[in-house]
Amino acid sequence: MHELSITQNILSIALEKANEVQASKVTKINLIIGELSGIVNECVEFYFDLISKDTIAAQASLSFHQPPIQLRCRSCAAVFSPNNLDWACPNCHEAKIEIISGRECYVDSIEVD
Amino acid sequence: MEVKVLQDILSANDGIARRNQNLLDKHGILTINIMSSPGAGKTSLILQTISRLKQKARIGVIEGDVASTVDADKVHKQGVAVVQINTAGGCHLEANMIENALNNLPLGDIDLLLIENVGNLICPAEFALGEHKRAMLLSLPEGDDKPYKYPLMFTEADVVLINKIDLLPYLEFNIPAFHKAVIGLNPTAKILQVSCKTGEGLEDWFSWLLDEIKQTKSRYSQEN
Repeated sequence: MHELSITQNILSIALEKANEVQASKVTKINLIIGELSGIVNECVEFYFDLISKDTIAAQASLSFHQPPIQLRCRSCAAVFSPNNLDWACPNCHEAKIEIISGRECYVDSIEVD
Repeated sequence: MEVKVLQDILSANDGIARRNQNLLDKHGILTINIMSSPGAGKTSLILQTISRLKQKARIGVIEGDVASTVDADKVHKQGVAVVQINTAGGCHLEANMIENALNNLPLGDIDLLLIENVGNLICPAEFALGEHKRAMLLSLPEGDDKPYKYPLMFTEADVVLINKIDLLPYLEFNIPAFHKAVIGLNPTAKILQVSCKTGEGLEDWFSWLLDEIKQTKSRYSQEN
């Protein structure tokens, strides 16, 4: 729901890094955006095309890697992926869980010329 | 050529949030980020808090809304310092908006700063503002299944207020199931049952706030 500000951050992180390594062009940006982050990839792509137009990242492709939600049961330590709305542990049926994956939201790497 | 970056997309926001918190700490101001869906009772909670605590603490308010000054006007009538932020369509507050708002508040004259976030159970949880504590409200008509639908919000809250508890006889809201779901996600969350309309249960909220203000002040006096 806040893809514009997310996309602005992605672009500025990529440009800053490209500048650091004195690249002339950014060809690809590899993103790790977890399932729980609620970010819609198509929206990010749409905004990216608009705001990167006059930068060295224009026409860079965006790659989205989406780690699935993974939970750990605080009672029996089982690690599992939730099934729809059921966040109870499939092993001991307790609903005491911690989120161990799915919240990621970072720029993993950029590919430059 | 591939260049490793490994930078959090929200790191710029987090940096500003830390700066805000340092500024608030310097003035010994306890800051609470209040989050909920639209209509759950954030403004009512703030008005109740002002009316009950204004003799005991100097209160400031930052009102975040997509548009309008309706809420800020209500708070202003209570005679406390208030800044309205209109996000112009934005679904949440960000740290830089709070930074600007802090420039317009008399920080030397505030003990407790209440930030009313934009009504939304998703995005506000992602953006730190510089607050010390996060309070979220869930009102009974919203249903007891919300922790599973919006887990991040419930994972991040220090206090969860179940508001509109006066409607319990009319609704099918399973309080024990809700408690179990929240504590499952967030074992240290404090859960309070309140009605901002009748005042029921709000004493627990007020005494939690007063206690937190006291702790903030004693931290502040040790550092200065």
